[in-house]
Amino acid sequence: MADLNKLTIAEARDKLRAGDVTSVALTEACLNAAETAGALNAFVHHTPEIAMEQAKAADARISKGDAPAMCGIPLGIKDLFCTKGVPSQAGSRILEGFKPEYESTVSQNLWDAGAVMLGKLNMDEFAMGSSNETSVYGNAVNPWRRGNDDAALTPGGSSGGSASAVAADLCLAATGTDTGGSIRQPAAFTGITGIKPTYGRCSRWGVVAFASSLDQAGPMTKSVRDAAIMLEAMCGHDPKDSTSVDLPVPNFEAMLTGDIKGKKIGIPKEYHMDGMPDEIEKLWADGAEMLRDAGAEMVDISLPHTKYALPAYYVIAPAEASSNLARYDGVRYGHRAKLAQGDGITEMYEKTRAEGFGHEVQRRVMVGTYVLSAGFYDAYYNRARKVRTLIKKDFEDVFAQGVDAILTPATPSAAFGLGEMSDADPVAMYLNDVFTVTVNLAGLPGIAVPAGLDKQGLPLGLQLIGRPWEEGDLLNSAYALERAAGFVEKPGRWW
Amino acid sequence: MSIDKDTAAKVAKLARIKVEDAALPALAEEFNAVLGFIEQLGEVDVTGVEPMVSVTPMRLKRREDVVTDGNMQDKILKNAPDAREGFFAVPKVVE
Repeated sequence: MADLNKLTIAEARDKLRAGDVTSVALTEACLNAAETAGALNAFVHHTPEIAMEQAKAADARISKGDAPAMCGIPLGIKDLFCTKGVPSQAGSRILEGFKPEYESTVSQNLWDAGAVMLGKLNMDEFAMGSSNETSVYGNAVNPWRRGNDDAALTPGGSSGGSASAVAADLCLAATGTDTGGSIRQPAAFTGITGIKPTYGRCSRWGVVAFASSLDQAGPMTKSVRDAAIMLEAMCGHDPKDSTSVDLPVPNFEAMLTGDIKGKKIGIPKEYHMDGMPDEIEKLWADGAEMLRDAGAEMVDISLPHTKYALPAYYVIAPAEASSNLARYDGVRYGHRAKLAQGDGITEMYEKTRAEGFGHEVQRRVMVGTYVLSAGFYDAYYNRARKVRTLIKKDFEDVFAQGVDAILTPATPSAAFGLGEMSDADPVAMYLNDVFTVTVNLAGLPGIAVPAGLDKQGLPLGLQLIGRPWEEGDLLNSAYALERAAGFVEKPGRWW
Repeated sequence: MSIDKDTAAKVAKLARIKVEDAALPALAEEFNAVLGFIEQLGEVDVTGVEPMVSVTPMRLKRREDVVTDGNMQDKILKNAPDAREGFFAVPKVVE
């Protein structure tokens, strides 16, 4: 059977169960696709031996007849997840050579469900970036191009390798993580689906920490159905993460009826940004029309503190990062700088961190250090946490008015060229996350769904935001949007 | 609030990141761009607002105060850049 790597999870599961295909064959197809896609720089560590071993075990399990949905499904894993015995560098030089002695809970949940690991995927260093250009492995490249222009475009970030790999069919799906939009923005840039669940749904244990109060893992997939299947396998209570919620995990796929009659979906007026391309405005209006046609009631809402979400994020996230990244000191793991005669432990820390961290990470760690330092803690950090309370309350207020979900654009533009933003000041890059970051600050679930192409032939996505813990309902609204939008385009192969 | 070269040097020191003198002015400029952006938070009326501690209201789970694992010295030292005689090794700390 040709092109097994192009299957969705749901299609592959059905074929595996029917005995039409084996996990070994699926895995070989993906390994081959990944090996011949070096130009995308999506996979940064290949694990073919592990993959083939897991695939054989999955086939044995499937033949016994009681395999879970993810059994035998080949996946790519973002480099931020610790995977036992396999390099896990978070895209950073400072973790060069680090091979964890343990497995992250999320990846372990996937292996327990029978999934297959193809390798580790490129990402911005410590998930700090929106273009995958801060990675020690070099840029990941978007499989999409502008018409016949062969300029390399960003797949977005920080889960850029995951997005590129899924869009180019190098794997059936991938894990991502999202601190300010790092699943949803790259999903939108590459025409795939990505969901960030409610804070606490997925265990953070074994996921290299960036900003602990914002970080969440989630699936990046070829369809909403696949997102439902894979999310169910990833989440669940974990005693090793004190913020992991002890709630039953619903069968998300069973909730995909496509029926959204009577659902109230909000359109927030503050998300109409100055200078937003007409195409994005139109896509958003079209999306609202599709949901209305499907029976939803569209209502205008206000989220008055939206404007302050990015500034609050750029205090809170660097503050938490400066604390989390203090552990990289050249003592317990990773890189240690070569020392000069007479250098003491302070020089070791300073040289190790200067060599090991890239420019953006250094800048964020230092900004975080500054906003937490004596004299500025109240003015910046405490004020940002108060603004965060207000941002969350904005959402609580509209949910209290009976709103079930909120529709917004996923990104303020389509994918941009690699290097195009290199001369811009850091704040210009931060604006990529303007529609997604509010969701992390409020701890809510959010999903990006591909909804159309721009004039240059690049994919554009819409975002739906749901109530806390109601991923099932959110996925169902996304499913209705997906069916109405009918996005089926794929990038033409050039790599 | 504007950050000068000396403040940038102080922040780099606190963060334990070596920054060459020549790089300090550019770094200060970048800090100012980011801080200029976050200054907007000053416009928000936060009177009487509690700073957020936890995004999902939850009571942290408790467990028995007992040892749950251990005896894995090899695993813990496995990734160390310099481990000797069962310890992490670092440059001399005390004269």
